Amino acid sequence: MTAVDLRVAQRPNAPVTTYRYDEYDAAFVRERVAEFREQVLRRLSGALTEEEFRPFRLMNGLYLQLHAYMLRVAIPYGTLTARQMRRLADIADRWDKGYGHFTTRQNLQYNWPKLVDTPDILEALADVEMHAIQTSGNCIRNVTADHFAGVAPDEIEDPRPTAEFLRQWSSLHPEFSFLPRKFKIAVTGAEHDRAAIMVHDVGLRILRNERGEIGYQVVVGGGLGRSPFVGKVVGDFVPREDLLAFLEAIMRVYNRFGRRDNKYKARIKILIHEKGIDEIRAAVEAEFAAMDRSVFSHDPAEFERIASFFAPPPYETLPETSSALRTAKLETPAFANFVDVNVSAHKIPGYAIVTVSLKPIGGIPGDATSEQMRVLADASERFGFGEMRVSHEQNIILPHVKQDDLFALWRLLEPAGLATANAGLVSDIISCPGLDYCSLATARSIPIAQAISKRFADMSRQRRIGKLGIKISGCINACGHHHVGAIGILGLEKKGQESYQITLGGDPTFSASIGEILGPGVTADQVPDVIEHLVDFYLAEREEGEAFIDTWRRIGHVRFKDVLRREGEDGADI
Amino acid sequence: MALISEGRFVEDAWRRLADEEALPKTGRVIVSLPRLEHALEVLGTESALGVIVPNTTEPSSLIQALPRLQLILISFPAFSDGRGFSLARLLRRAGFKGELRASGRLVADQYSHAIGCGFDTIEIPEDLAERQDEGQWCAALDAYSMSYQRGYTGRGSILEARRRAARS
Amino acid sequence: MAVFKHPQILIASNLADGEVVFLGQSGWERDHCRARVAQNAEEAAALEAAGKRDVSANRVVDVYLADVEIGRDGAPTPLHYRERMRVKGPSVRLDLGKQQLPGSAA
Repeated sequence: MTAVDLRVAQRPNAPVTTYRYDEYDAAFVRERVAEFREQVLRRLSGALTEEEFRPFRLMNGLYLQLHAYMLRVAIPYGTLTARQMRRLADIADRWDKGYGHFTTRQNLQYNWPKLVDTPDILEALADVEMHAIQTSGNCIRNVTADHFAGVAPDEIEDPRPTAEFLRQWSSLHPEFSFLPRKFKIAVTGAEHDRAAIMVHDVGLRILRNERGEIGYQVVVGGGLGRSPFVGKVVGDFVPREDLLAFLEAIMRVYNRFGRRDNKYKARIKILIHEKGIDEIRAAVEAEFAAMDRSVFSHDPAEFERIASFFAPPPYETLPETSSALRTAKLETPAFANFVDVNVSAHKIPGYAIVTVSLKPIGGIPGDATSEQMRVLADASERFGFGEMRVSHEQNIILPHVKQDDLFALWRLLEPAGLATANAGLVSDIISCPGLDYCSLATARSIPIAQAISKRFADMSRQRRIGKLGIKISGCINACGHHHVGAIGILGLEKKGQESYQITLGGDPTFSASIGEILGPGVTADQVPDVIEHLVDFYLAEREEGEAFIDTWRRIGHVRFKDVLRREGEDGADI
Repeated sequence: MALISEGRFVEDAWRRLADEEALPKTGRVIVSLPRLEHALEVLGTESALGVIVPNTTEPSSLIQALPRLQLILISFPAFSDGRGFSLARLLRRAGFKGELRASGRLVADQYSHAIGCGFDTIEIPEDLAERQDEGQWCAALDAYSMSYQRGYTGRGSILEARRRAARS
Repeated sequence: MAVFKHPQILIASNLADGEVVFLGQSGWERDHCRARVAQNAEEAAALEAAGKRDVSANRVVDVYLADVEIGRDGAPTPLHYRERMRVKGPSVRLDLGKQQLPGSAA
């Protein structure tokens, strides 16, 4: 492998669009790297046993997987600069195998790092204000947020300052780093939930009350995994003033009373399920009342300091629509499809939000080569103020592109395999790495995604089907969010073979629901057939403008089950 | 057991009393929680009293005893069981001013967490102390110059430092 | 000593780099074809003891026995699809993992 020049090129004219470290943040991350370097040495020397080392390497994002170690790099609230993306590409080339995998928690995973190289990788990340802190382990994980934050027309407030505030509060928390189990927080500030807050340990929804004050609806105890639950409201409107104290109270109740006897029952959702939300709410409120809230009270200056980094970039004043865009769409049908499917409305006239799909037909969902990462970095600099987002759908978002520039952007993306016009369509499949990489997996998930994607390769058919979320997990831990897929697929082991259980009716938004099981598991080969039957039935049954989930809710699960039973009688062994 | 205080292995001035042992009239003794009530009744002020409690103890059950206690040991059944950190916090909040000691197979990497939550000392089994020598515990104390949280014991809060910087 | 219906090999991960390794005649091998094969419980226990020793010596982690069948070429192939994945590499990236090494059977 050739050595990569890791000097960081800083474009002087790049506007600040995301949080930048001050001296304290920088020192903190460097100290974590230094601490981890020592931890690795102590592990190799035997001062730490594997059992002792494991929680600390996990709390720094390092897993031991099926073929190698895996390093999960934090991308707080999914926001990434061009400089950071280039660094991720450089790391992939120098210490990994030239690619990375974007995850459903808006992070990036390297699949082949060596333990002994990890401190150097972390050092290279620290150079660009990145780290791998708390991307795993029984602690408060990387805080996620709406990937359209700051640019969505339906937004009440940008959730990222809150998420950054919480990232700092939760980093190496003295009290809450050895929780019963992992703890995931998501924040949204919009009317539509793109952050799946109902299925997080804590989901925060920014609201404005009638007096115009900002507060948070706090939802607790959602989660997927072995026992999926939709979260319940524990605080209707927690003023910003009280947010940290309220979260400390939740964490303390969970840390003290969450089950530790069975790791499958250790998430806060089980505590709430067993005790009831009323008892937990009472405990949280009692703890909140008992604590010295003055030390957690809101610090408006600090919040403002953080929020200032997320100020809008210098937009131009443009007409609402672009004639250049209209012309290009007429002249280039493939581009028109891209715009129709992958481009979303922006709050600023003349701008657009672009979803760059990491789901080429037959490709590995969420994977990007180092070359693609560099193309994305270039694209963001040329057309989008040097900023990108990672979505929990495992795609990359360019959040501020001039409509006038869309065609030029498309021409840059297209040759790099980054212009697949399938955002939100049936081939935009969420998939965990599954048994191809993951040591916890019970079955593969990527080949299933690839087979479905190939089955629906005809893009015009995909557009006819419309928005349809398929989500695949390779084990019950549900990293692929299968429970909340309109169609969910769960890979299991059955009699020494890979077997796939299909669920219908999952929904990750405010109207959250957990999918219902369709029937007995099917083999890998049968999955595309089953999906095709389901989709065809939906097409036959749907009413004007009805999404898959709406048809399913209207006509009921049983009707969908019947389809498969009938198909089974026709000869297919389903 | 090895006792760690301020990054050093130190002599333990306390004696852990087995439940069948008679209560001595003087000296520093640690009793189990079920025996605490009796010990408080029997012992006068000339003996120093400590208690070892499970990490599931309800802090309110110790409130009455707090002024008489000079040491509370919180046992960690596993190093990854963080309940003891919350209990330490709550005992400090309840006004306990004596020595708080974490007892169990804690590793040096948790030292700053323990200090942050209000512990003074940590006692670990000898076999662990052999692998994790004084140097490692001492280094763990210096691993971080500041922390993000407020209201926890430690080197200093980043938030406070920012406030000061903004004011000056 | 009864002969196993399925012989076994010892699988682990190398601590320093994370690569999958197999206990061979003289130490850990990166190619499963060079793995020592246990035909009975006594031989399997010997493999495990050696593995445990190297866990203590901080050379390998996550050590366990896996059932195999011996192919005509003498190579032990794991019975379970999970371990078959481990001796090759990701099935969706045939250019990566052990399967891409020269002379690999995959």
